[in-house]
Amino acid sequence: MSRLQVVSGKGGTGKTTVAAALALALATEGKRTLLVEVEGRQGIAQVFETEALPYEERKIAVAPGGGEVHALAIDAERALLDYLQMFYKLGSAGRALKKLGAIDFATTIAPGVRDVLLTGKACEAVRRKDRSGRFVYDYVVMDAPPTGRITRFLNVNDEVAGLAKIGPIHNQAQAVMRVLKSPETAVHLVTLLEEMPVQETVDGIAELRAARLPVGRIIVNMVRPGLLDAADLELVGTVTRSSVARSLSSAGLGGARRGGHAERLVDPLLAQAEEYAERYALEAEQRAALAEVDLPRHELPLLAEGMDLAGLYTLAKELRAQGVS
Amino acid sequence: MSRRPEPAHAHDPAHSGGSAHSARHSLSPVPTLDVDPLIEDRGTRIVVCCGSGGVGKTTTAAALGLRAAERGRKVVVLTIDPARRLAQSMGIDSLDNIPRRVKGIDDSAGGELHAMMLDMKRTFDEIVEAHADPERASAILGNPFYQSLSAGFAGTQEYMAMEKLGQLRARDEWDLIVVDTPPSRSALDFLDAPKRLGSFLDGKLIRVLLTPAKVGGRAGMKFLNVGMSMMTGVLGKVLGGQLLNDMQTFVAAMDSMFGGFRTRADATFKLLQAPGTAFLVVAAPERDALREAAYFVERLAAEDMPLAGLVLNRVHGSGADRLSAERALAAAENLEDSRIVDQEDGKAGLRNSPDTYESSSTPAAETPPPEAPGTPAQDDVPDGGSPATVDDTGAGRTDDEAAAERSVDQLTAGLLRLHAERMQLLSREQRTRDRFTALHPEVAVTEVAALPGDVHDLTGLRAIGDRLATNRPELPEASA
Repeated sequence: MSRLQVVSGKGGTGKTTVAAALALALATEGKRTLLVEVEGRQGIAQVFETEALPYEERKIAVAPGGGEVHALAIDAERALLDYLQMFYKLGSAGRALKKLGAIDFATTIAPGVRDVLLTGKACEAVRRKDRSGRFVYDYVVMDAPPTGRITRFLNVNDEVAGLAKIGPIHNQAQAVMRVLKSPETAVHLVTLLEEMPVQETVDGIAELRAARLPVGRIIVNMVRPGLLDAADLELVGTVTRSSVARSLSSAGLGGARRGGHAERLVDPLLAQAEEYAERYALEAEQRAALAEVDLPRHELPLLAEGMDLAGLYTLAKELRAQGVS
Repeated sequence: MSRRPEPAHAHDPAHSGGSAHSARHSLSPVPTLDVDPLIEDRGTRIVVCCGSGGVGKTTTAAALGLRAAERGRKVVVLTIDPARRLAQSMGIDSLDNIPRRVKGIDDSAGGELHAMMLDMKRTFDEIVEAHADPERASAILGNPFYQSLSAGFAGTQEYMAMEKLGQLRARDEWDLIVVDTPPSRSALDFLDAPKRLGSFLDGKLIRVLLTPAKVGGRAGMKFLNVGMSMMTGVLGKVLGGQLLNDMQTFVAAMDSMFGGFRTRADATFKLLQAPGTAFLVVAAPERDALREAAYFVERLAAEDMPLAGLVLNRVHGSGADRLSAERALAAAENLEDSRIVDQEDGKAGLRNSPDTYESSSTPAAETPPPEAPGTPAQDDVPDGGSPATVDDTGAGRTDDEAAAERSVDQLTAGLLRLHAERMQLLSREQRTRDRFTALHPEVAVTEVAALPGDVHDLTGLRAIGDRLATNRPELPEASA
C-alpha cells in the first residue's frame, strides 16, 4: 500500500469527504495517518466538525481500534517561511521578504513554486521518521486539487525543475518528484455516476498516466441505492394503473378507485419510477465507461441523512470492508 | 413523460402533510428571483454566474443566454471550461477565443446568441501583443517564465476571464454578456486573483527585480537599498540564479505593461460594481455548495457588487409529497410482509378478498403507523366503504395471476421505497436551504428542478431556462 495517498475528483464529488474517510480507514487498528489539505478551504475542519485548522499537525480524530488521524492545512506562505528558516536561517529577513511581497509573489505568482511547497510539505511528512527510525505517519492522505488541475499540480515539480535548472528550488522539486512518481504514491479519483464527472475522471486518468504519475483507484461516491431492479423497471412500462392502485390500497394507503388516496398516488409514483429508470440507464452507461479504464473501482453509498461525522465513520468502514485500506 | 403528478395538490398549503412539506410552509416566504425581468431589462448588460464547482454554473449561464436571446437580446455567453457536449451543442467545440453565433435558436424576437470559450493563454498573449512592440512581444512570449505563468498559474484563468469580460464589454457589440466563472478552489477567486495578479505585476517586488542598481542612487533610500539588495540576494539563493535571471528578463521585458495590469484589474472591478451588472450565485441544495454561496453573498455585499439572487439548481420535488417517507416505508413493509405470508400459506388470493381489501380503505386504515406519529390524518373524502374495485374478487384465480399480483406488489413496494428515498432527499434539501435562508433572508431565490441526465442540446437548455424562470421544482420531464 502506497504511503502517500492523493485524493482528487471533480468539484462537487465529495473528494474531501472521501479523503477524510480514507484517512480514518487507514488509521484503523493503531495506525497513524496524516490528512493534509492544500487549498486553504478548511474543508477538513468542516468534515470533522471542528474549528479551523491552524498551520500545525494536530490530532483530529481517533479511529476504531485506537488509531489516530492527524490533520494539517498546508499554507504555502508559511511553508515557504519554514523552508527559508530551515535552510537559510532567515528569521527577520523572512519577515522583510514578506513585507516586500516576495513571499506572496513566490507562493502565488511564481509558477509552480507554490505547488512545490505544498507537495514538498506532504512528501516531507511521508519521509519523516522519529528517533527510533520509524515513520512518524504510516500514511499521508492528501485532499488534492480537483481532477482538472491534478496533473499540473503534481507535475508542476517537473515544470519548475525545467524552469529552475539549478538551485535549491530545482533540487527540492526533483526530490519531491521522485516520491510522487514512485510506487510510494497513489492518486485516487473520486467521481459520481454522472456524465461530466465520469468524463473528467477518464480524461484525468489519461493525463496522469501520460505524466507517469501512479494512478490508484476510482472511488464512486454518493451511489444511490438500487431500489428497483431491471424486472421492476420493465414492469413499470406495462403495469396497469389500477393494479398498482389496488396494491397501494392493500398496503393501507387508502382507496383504489378513481379519486381515492391510493389511486391518486399512482401517477406520481410511476413518474418517479420513470425518472429512476432514466437515471438507472445513465448510471449503467457511466459504470461501463469507468470499467474501460481498468482500475480498481469502489462505490460508496449516498448517506440518506446527509454527510456528518457519523457518516464519515460509516464511509471509512465501507472503505475498509472493500479492502481499500 | 406520459404520467404527470397532480400539481394542484403538490403545492396546496392546506394539505401540508409530511415533515418536509410542513417545513416548507413554516418559514416566512423567501423573495422569489424573477429571471425574466432581469434578462429582458435592456439596462442589464452583464450577468455573472458564480458559485462553487459542480453546481451547474456553465449550464445556467448558457440557459440564461439562450433565454435572453430568444427574448430579443443580442447576447454573448463567455464560458470558461464547458463540458464537451454542452460546448458542442452551442457550436463552440474549438477553444479559440472567438465568439461564434449559435445556430438553431428562435430569433423571431430579433435576438442573437453568440458563445465563446476562454483561451487564457491566447488572451494573455493578446495583451502582450497589444502593449509591446513586436520585438519585445516575441521576447516576452518566448520567455519560459512567461510561458509557465500564462498557462499554469492558478490565478491566470480568473484574471483572463475578467480581462476578456472587459474586452467584450468595451467592444459594445452585444447588449448582454453572460459570463461563467472559472472552476476555482474558492468561488471568490475570480474577484481576488485579478487584483492579486495585477498588484504583483506592478508591485514593489517587481521594481526591486527590475532596478536593483537604480534604487541606491536616490537620496533617502539608503536603508531601503541595503534591504533590497539583500532581498535580491536572498531571492537568488532561494530560487536559484538562473530562475531569478529569467524572472528579471521577463520583468524587464514586461516593464512597459505593468502600469496597465493594475489599471485593467481595477477597471474590471469597477465594471463589476457598475449598474447594469448583476450577479447570480449558483448553488445546489447541498451543505458545501450553499456554504460557499453564503460566503459569496457576504463578499458581494462587502464589495458593493449587485447580487440579483440565488439560483438553486437540482432541487428535487415530488408529486406525492403528502405521503411521508415514514408512511411510504411502512406501507412497503406491509406489502412485503403480506407477500411472505402469501407464499408461506400458499393462499395467494386470500389477502385480496373483498373483506380484507375493504378494511384497508376505511378511515381507520388511514391513521398513520406508529413510526410516523407526526403525520396528520388525511383529509380526503373517505372512499365511502363501497368496494373500490369490482373485478378483484379473488375467485377463480390462476397461479399465473397470483404470481403477477405478487410481482405488482413487489413493484409497488419498490415504488414506495423509491418515494421514501425521494422524500428523505427532499427534506434534507429543504433543511439545507432553510439554513441558508435563515442567514440571508434578503436573497431572492429561484429553484430549478433536477434533471435525471445532463443537458447537451438547445432543447435541454431551453427547458432549464423555463425552469429558471418559473421557479417551480416540478418533477422533471423525460428529455425529448
